[in-house]
Amino acid sequence: MTQQEALYKYLLRLGDNALIQSYRLSEWCSRGPILEEDLALTNIALDYIGRAQNLLQYAAAIEGKGHSADHLAYRRAEHQYYNNLITEMPRGDFAYTIVKQLFISTFEFLLYTELCHSKDEAIAGIAGKAIKEVRYHWTHSRDWCYRLGKGTAFSNDKLQQAVNDLWMYTGEQFEMGAEEEMLSAEGIAFDNKALQSKWLEMVSTVLTASNIQIPTESYMQTGGRKGVHTENMGHILAEMQYLQRAYPDATW
Amino acid sequence: MMMDAIIIENAFQEKIDRDLCIEPKDQMPEKYRLHLIRQMSQHAHSEVIGMQPEGNWITRAPSLRSKQILLAKIQDEGGHGLYLYSATETLGISREEMIEQLHSGKAKYANIFNYPSLNWADIGAIGWLVDGAAIVNQVSLQRTSYGPYARAMVRICKEESFHQRQGYEIMANMMKGSTEQKEMAQDAMNRWWWPALMMFGPHDSDSPNSGNAFIWKIKRQSNDVLRQRFIDKTVQQAELIGLTVPDKDLKWNEEKQCYDHGAIDWEEFNRVINGNGPCNKQRMDHHIKYHNEGAWVREAAAAYQKQINEFN
Repeated sequence: MTQQEALYKYLLRLGDNALIQSYRLSEWCSRGPILEEDLALTNIALDYIGRAQNLLQYAAAIEGKGHSADHLAYRRAEHQYYNNLITEMPRGDFAYTIVKQLFISTFEFLLYTELCHSKDEAIAGIAGKAIKEVRYHWTHSRDWCYRLGKGTAFSNDKLQQAVNDLWMYTGEQFEMGAEEEMLSAEGIAFDNKALQSKWLEMVSTVLTASNIQIPTESYMQTGGRKGVHTENMGHILAEMQYLQRAYPDATW
Repeated sequence: MMMDAIIIENAFQEKIDRDLCIEPKDQMPEKYRLHLIRQMSQHAHSEVIGMQPEGNWITRAPSLRSKQILLAKIQDEGGHGLYLYSATETLGISREEMIEQLHSGKAKYANIFNYPSLNWADIGAIGWLVDGAAIVNQVSLQRTSYGPYARAMVRICKEESFHQRQGYEIMANMMKGSTEQKEMAQDAMNRWWWPALMMFGPHDSDSPNSGNAFIWKIKRQSNDVLRQRFIDKTVQQAELIGLTVPDKDLKWNEEKQCYDHGAIDWEEFNRVINGNGPCNKQRMDHHIKYHNEGAWVREAAAAYQKQINEFN
């Protein structure tokens, strides 16, 4: 594996996480529990589309085959996407979305803080912009954890259920592939494993303050990073890629 | 008591006649207040219900850029809804009450959103035609007599003109595209043109809510005047990109310097307004479903806020 190939795959991974997370968040449009939250969740979705666009555009440049960001977003087959499984889990109820966002944003906060110092200037630039957005995403999900966790017995149950259901999808975020090993040795990427204890500490602080038990379950699902997805992924792509696949010659 | 009411009404009308804005704390006739609540809440509901036909295409938007623009646009609409709900609350009604009135059918929303968005070009047509018609109406409302409503319109109009441009851009791109894309664009045009003309409401000769609205300067220009303005600017835009306006009687009237158009199907208009449009039931069911599904979240937030307040 050359460094170029490693970088391409790494960018796809970051880009796909943003792309699929934006897809799920955008499903909240007109479905929020209150208009303000409809706007907040779709606003986060917008941040993610912007990030996906930047990352996939850079990936396409590194790939060097003349593809566009859209080509990478809309024309790959399922096994060629490398997002973490947690992003493709269904929208679920509001608690489920909030917990998912807390888990992801905490990881992204730690990762993108490091990537701001990447030796790859383009990655550092994207990270610099992303970190500002991630801080807001994180605060938003933390505050809702407080509200749901301490609001009513019913909302506390919902939040606890979401934490339990999503817990086994959190470990994958810290896996390291061969390409990441290579890039982190060069100071381009960062060692995900080194983020895990800090992640656990941050998440535990929020959940404990929300009267939520931290799951003791240790089995972690994996696969997305190798292109092996949940059954959700095919449905996401069927919908997302519909026009691009049905009218391959059209430009939009 | 009656004398007081007359004095208040005279002072109010004098203000209106001098083209001064009425502000929330000013005294106003009860009928004026109720008229505004009806119109402004309908306007707010329209923004919110309008998120549905457009939201229908978010997950299928064909490019990252188009998805970004569509999502941002729908967000704007939601923001307009929020803004208008707040402006309406200055008249002494809560957002919760307005939503109840929407669900009970007492409050309406724009009839146009009872039509379905069936292909991607519909997203173009909604921006170009529906927002285009809304702008004509809203530009006129920038001078409406109730201050908070007029100021809301100034802000909203700025964003709506961006929406209209993005809609037109989608249509123009599709008309430059493949045969299938052109067919989609024309199909959307055929389905949205007449409902867009109906957005201006019945002909002036048959407009039940206009009388006082003109005296109170809530409404400044008549339905037919605004509709004509919309037709005149839109027909030329359609021709420019090769779209056919689905009206065989449409022709330029040299003498009047405007387009004559064919008869509007008011039977369809009334049928849809009275609940039998293609999507009336879905739109309302959707809103009620997600409003109800969100009830536990709102309750939790309120309970948490109460704890915080007690703690402080």
